[in-house]
Amino acid sequence: MRVNFVLSEVATGLRRNLTMTVAMILTTAISLGLMGTGLLIAGMISDMKEIYYDKVQVSIFLADGVTEEQRAAIDQQLSDSPEVANHIYESKDEAYARFQQQFSQQPELVQNTPPDALPESFRVELVNPERYELIAAEFPNGQDGVDQVRDEGDFLDRLFSLLNGARNATIAVAVVQALAALLLISNTIQLAAFNRRNETNIMRLVGASRWYTQLPFILEAALAGLIGALLAIGGLVVTKILFVDKTLAGPIRAGIIPPVDWGAIAFISPVIAAAGVGLAAVAAYVTLRLYVRI
Amino acid sequence: MIELQHVTKLYPASSRPALDDVSTEIDKGEFVFLIGSSGSGKSTFLRLLLKEDDPTRGTVIVNGKTLNTMSKWQVPKLRRTIGCVFQDFRLLNNRTVGQNVAFALEVINKPQRTIKRVVPEVLEMVGLEGKTNRLPNELSGGEQQRVAIARAFVNRPLVLLADEPTGNLDPETSEGIMLLLERINRTGTTVVMATHDYHIVDSMRRRVIELSEGALTRDQSRGVYGVGR
Ligand SMILES: Nc1ncnc2c1ncn2[C@@H]1O[C@H](COP(=O)(O)OP(=O)(O)OP(=O)(O)O)[C@@H](O)[C@H]1O
Ligand SMILES: [Mg+2]
Repeated sequence: MRVNFVLSEVATGLRRNLTMTVAMILTTAISLGLMGTGLLIAGMISDMKEIYYDKVQVSIFLADGVTEEQRAAIDQQLSDSPEVANHIYESKDEAYARFQQQFSQQPELVQNTPPDALPESFRVELVNPERYELIAAEFPNGQDGVDQVRDEGDFLDRLFSLLNGARNATIAVAVVQALAALLLISNTIQLAAFNRRNETNIMRLVGASRWYTQLPFILEAALAGLIGALLAIGGLVVTKILFVDKTLAGPIRAGIIPPVDWGAIAFISPVIAAAGVGLAAVAAYVTLRLYVRI
Repeated sequence: MIELQHVTKLYPASSRPALDDVSTEIDKGEFVFLIGSSGSGKSTFLRLLLKEDDPTRGTVIVNGKTLNTMSKWQVPKLRRTIGCVFQDFRLLNNRTVGQNVAFALEVINKPQRTIKRVVPEVLEMVGLEGKTNRLPNELSGGEQQRVAIARAFVNRPLVLLADEPTGNLDPETSEGIMLLLERINRTGTTVVMATHDYHIVDSMRRRVIELSEGALTRDQSRGVYGVGR
């Protein structure tokens, strides 16, 4: 294979339809960027699930006037229960400390909350999180020092269904963009093939292999796909630095939202690059097969 | 070498076949004129030999290969043994004479060494040795056709197909082109040439195959263009 020949054909092809090439690269970049964002959100969701679900599924808040004996009885009852995998006690002081940390961005809120306003509680991890009702029945609200039993899972389920929705919407838009990108690639390749029809006609007549004739077009698309992927990765990096690391710094430090670390971006970058190059090359190949006589 | 057995070609959406039950044989090293009025099927005949198109019925054999059963990926190999020349030259206008000829070898992966050696040889043979670096639009029509012939012949094909190669040229220039084709024929290359040019056919007295509305109506060795002309 004559590398120079192929490369110069690719370069000429891309330059000749500059506007189409730019459109193709930008749509590909947007599509891949959204796909990357979707993947990052998905990773974030699973990190958050680890942070939240594993720690607490049920909170048993204790009444203000709870006695030593009542507290010990509840502790004992939790230890004995076959439904409970794990439980920890959180005192008023500990609850306040956690509150301070979570809301460090809102100092007024912290200032206006007296240290003893937050109830002491047992944080309970269930063997099976779905069986919340059983535990709730064991500790009736307002009796034996129990103020309230709350299913944190319920709140988390709603939170995660929101996040899953965001992820799905991002991926859906990415797919629509990808479709637009594929159509643009197909169009650009048809145009490129039309521009080079004299060359390809002669190649066909003198017996150049199909592969040899098609390769410049496929590489042209693949190169555009690669540039689009690099732009998308660049976009993700910029988003991390300017949005995630700045705007979301507080909640991340408070442990409410997991950080987007460089590892995650490094992990999805090759996926994005491969998707960009692969889809563009396949789109070009299919276009050549279907629409172009080579 | 070349054989057509009961070949019929019907283009879709046309009532009359472009070739109608044509059978003939052309031996290695022959020089054949393909004549007939416009629309009689000459170009179609040549296209079938190149497997640019498939016959509707019948068998086409070229260089010992039956084209009907040949798979797509074998077609390039077939075409490397066939050279083609057209009325409109079909040169690449942004490449020089030398580059146009070299192109035919580059795209079939010939080593650069070979290309450097054979391109000047063939350009000398067609009489363009001083014009290697000219662009096609800096050449006369006759010279452009010589470049096209050089490109068709540079890979030493077994068969040269020419579709009205002198159609755009004046009689004197045409004569030069015919001398060149004869010279190529003398190297053992089979030449099949479609033409309307009766001066050429009459003066060369080679085999003549005449088509009329797709049917083979005359096959005459040392023939002339028209009976009673
Ligand atoms: N691609 C095509 N699709 C449909 N019909 C075609 C096609 N090519 C040729 N034909 C028809 O087939 C018949 C033979 O055409 P062909 O080009 O072989 O004639 P020809 O002898 O080369 O004519 P000319 O001397 O004008 O070049 C004509 O009636 C033409 O209209
Ligand atoms: Mg014709």
